[in-house]
Amino acid sequence: MSEVTAAHEVKERSEGRVLFYATWLIAAIALILLPLIFSSGGSLTSFSLIGIAIIFALSYNILLGQTGLLSFGHAVHYGLGGFLAVHVMNAVANHDWPIPLPFIPLAGGIGGLAFAILVGWVMTKRAGTAFAMISLGIGELVASSSLILRSVFGGESGITTDRTALPHMFSWTFGPQRQVYYLIAFWVMVSAIAMYALTRTPLGRICNAVRDNPERVEFIGYDPHVVRYFAYGFAGFFAGVAGGLTAINFEIANAAYLGATQSGLVLFAAFIGGTAYFFGPILGAILVTYLQLGLTNVTTVWQLYFGIIFIGIVMFAPGGIARLLMMHRPLIRAGSWLSVIPSYLVAALPTLALALGVILAIETVAHYTTTGSEGNVINLVGIPFNATAPTTWLAAAVLVIGGFLIARITWRRVVEAWDRAAGVARDRGYLA
Amino acid sequence: MTAAIEIKDVQKSFGNVHIIRDLNLSIAKGERHAVIGPNGAGKSTTFNLISGHIKPSSGEIRLNGDVISGLRPFEINRRGLSRSFQVTNVFAKMTVWENVRCAVLWATGHRYAFWKNVDHLPEVKRRTAEILDHIHLSHRRDVPAGLLTYAEQRELEIGITIAGGASVIMLDEPTAGMSHAETDRAVALIRRLTEGRTLVIVEHDMSVVFGLADRISVLVYGQIIASGTPQEIRGNRKVKEAYLGEEAH
Repeated sequence: MSEVTAAHEVKERSEGRVLFYATWLIAAIALILLPLIFSSGGSLTSFSLIGIAIIFALSYNILLGQTGLLSFGHAVHYGLGGFLAVHVMNAVANHDWPIPLPFIPLAGGIGGLAFAILVGWVMTKRAGTAFAMISLGIGELVASSSLILRSVFGGESGITTDRTALPHMFSWTFGPQRQVYYLIAFWVMVSAIAMYALTRTPLGRICNAVRDNPERVEFIGYDPHVVRYFAYGFAGFFAGVAGGLTAINFEIANAAYLGATQSGLVLFAAFIGGTAYFFGPILGAILVTYLQLGLTNVTTVWQLYFGIIFIGIVMFAPGGIARLLMMHRPLIRAGSWLSVIPSYLVAALPTLALALGVILAIETVAHYTTTGSEGNVINLVGIPFNATAPTTWLAAAVLVIGGFLIARITWRRVVEAWDRAAGVARDRGYLA
Repeated sequence: MTAAIEIKDVQKSFGNVHIIRDLNLSIAKGERHAVIGPNGAGKSTTFNLISGHIKPSSGEIRLNGDVISGLRPFEINRRGLSRSFQVTNVFAKMTVWENVRCAVLWATGHRYAFWKNVDHLPEVKRRTAEILDHIHLSHRRDVPAGLLTYAEQRELEIGITIAGGASVIMLDEPTAGMSHAETDRAVALIRRLTEGRTLVIVEHDMSVVFGLADRISVLVYGQIIASGTPQEIRGNRKVKEAYLGEEAH
């Protein structure tokens, strides 16, 4: 190896280190500044939920992305963490124990961890389909028993608590949403750093090895079962922390926390974000929570849009948003990324038309069937459409069909432009 | 002196099919021992039996005097036996550096540690760099193992196998699919890396076998029909009939 490339690599590594710490610092500053910039009650609530979703999605990725375990019941640990947190909060308030609110998420974590220790050993014996099926079974089991065991889970109404009844800390009552937000932000930062650090430990590396090739791991001295069990425990702990924060945020824990819907949402967030990168689930959690909050206000069939997005990602970008972004890194380094931007812009217009057409079609059907012949008005990008008018159906059809036909051509252009840019990057040695 | 590997009356059958029948084999410490035999003779099964990948139906296998038959592969590995695979079996999405480092971790006593930064373990770093240097892949350290060329993957396979510092190394057809030049390189590599250790090798390439091995065992239909020095094996009539004779046709 020549000295030039060696020096080049050393420089690249030290630059990488600076960038690494800068990223974490910027994230911390952003978490502090967000409520100062967007100070409305609505946005504070949104940020709080997004923060919790980030911890939850990252904990899920310890299983899916890091260790290759596809769980359909991860919300069990989230929910049980939430319930334990509520019980601990009530006990602290009743007995005047000197435990301030900021430590309660730890109780949630312990709840999630305890259940992971209990069921994990049997679950992680096998990976793949066996693990997925057992996780589904455990999820259903816990969700249904939560409705039966009323003394612990409070039946359908759940168990309520009062977060302000706990001992205060730095004279914060945690009554206002802003204070709760900062409590959540603190735990997001601590949990994200801890989970990232976990990936950089011997255990974290062996988790990746188990994901790639469990058979081979046995021949380098490790028991993949034990590795998976450890991973399951950590995932359960951080899911419990997220659950504990939810309990603090809503001052209630109920059966919905540990059901299949919640398990599905976290899988969805991690997958859309991209499981191959640590930051992928963070992006996914932000997007999914934001969509969930935003779409429910706008449309009654928001789950349909979730489904379409999920199918789209699985089919066209199985690496998720993180992979889509990281694909550009070698191009940016090689300086050839500018050549793909025009093709993106050209493709954006017909793709947008296609998307609008699909939305118009879906909303027309939804409104037509739910309101009968009364004729409800759909408001799309500021333009009112009558769901019963044939012109609306025609507009939707033209947008969908025309948009698709033109978009297909532009997508091909994107691929061609991409290949050229990647070729340049390869020639310059930035792409293997 | 206790043998590195001692196989006594081992049988293995899958249902009614007897793959291994009365296998007896003793491999001395520090010996380079090749197992040869026609296709389907049970060479890979023998490897799988010794390394714990499959359990013998009956019989006993000892490693440095301790019974290992019935143990799990990782338990056998921790007792000082390491094997490679005929089909490349690496951690495809991880880099070359990480592949070797994973194989170093248990041997350096870091086990399932989740409180240590893996990048700040000097002994691990030193050994990983040393192995990469040995297998001539230092310049490819940051490439995902799945993107290596075939020959490079085979070398990485050997690197992972020796990384834990096992006293007994078992290589399953390490030069399969390699060109002449690559084979020569691989043989030199194997010779150098297994210096002072016990080597058990399954190989089809006779020039590799006769060039590398101190002793050779010939496996036919699940039984060892001959065991001896390369000279003895070359002169053995039974071997000629059963195996080498076929090649001469």
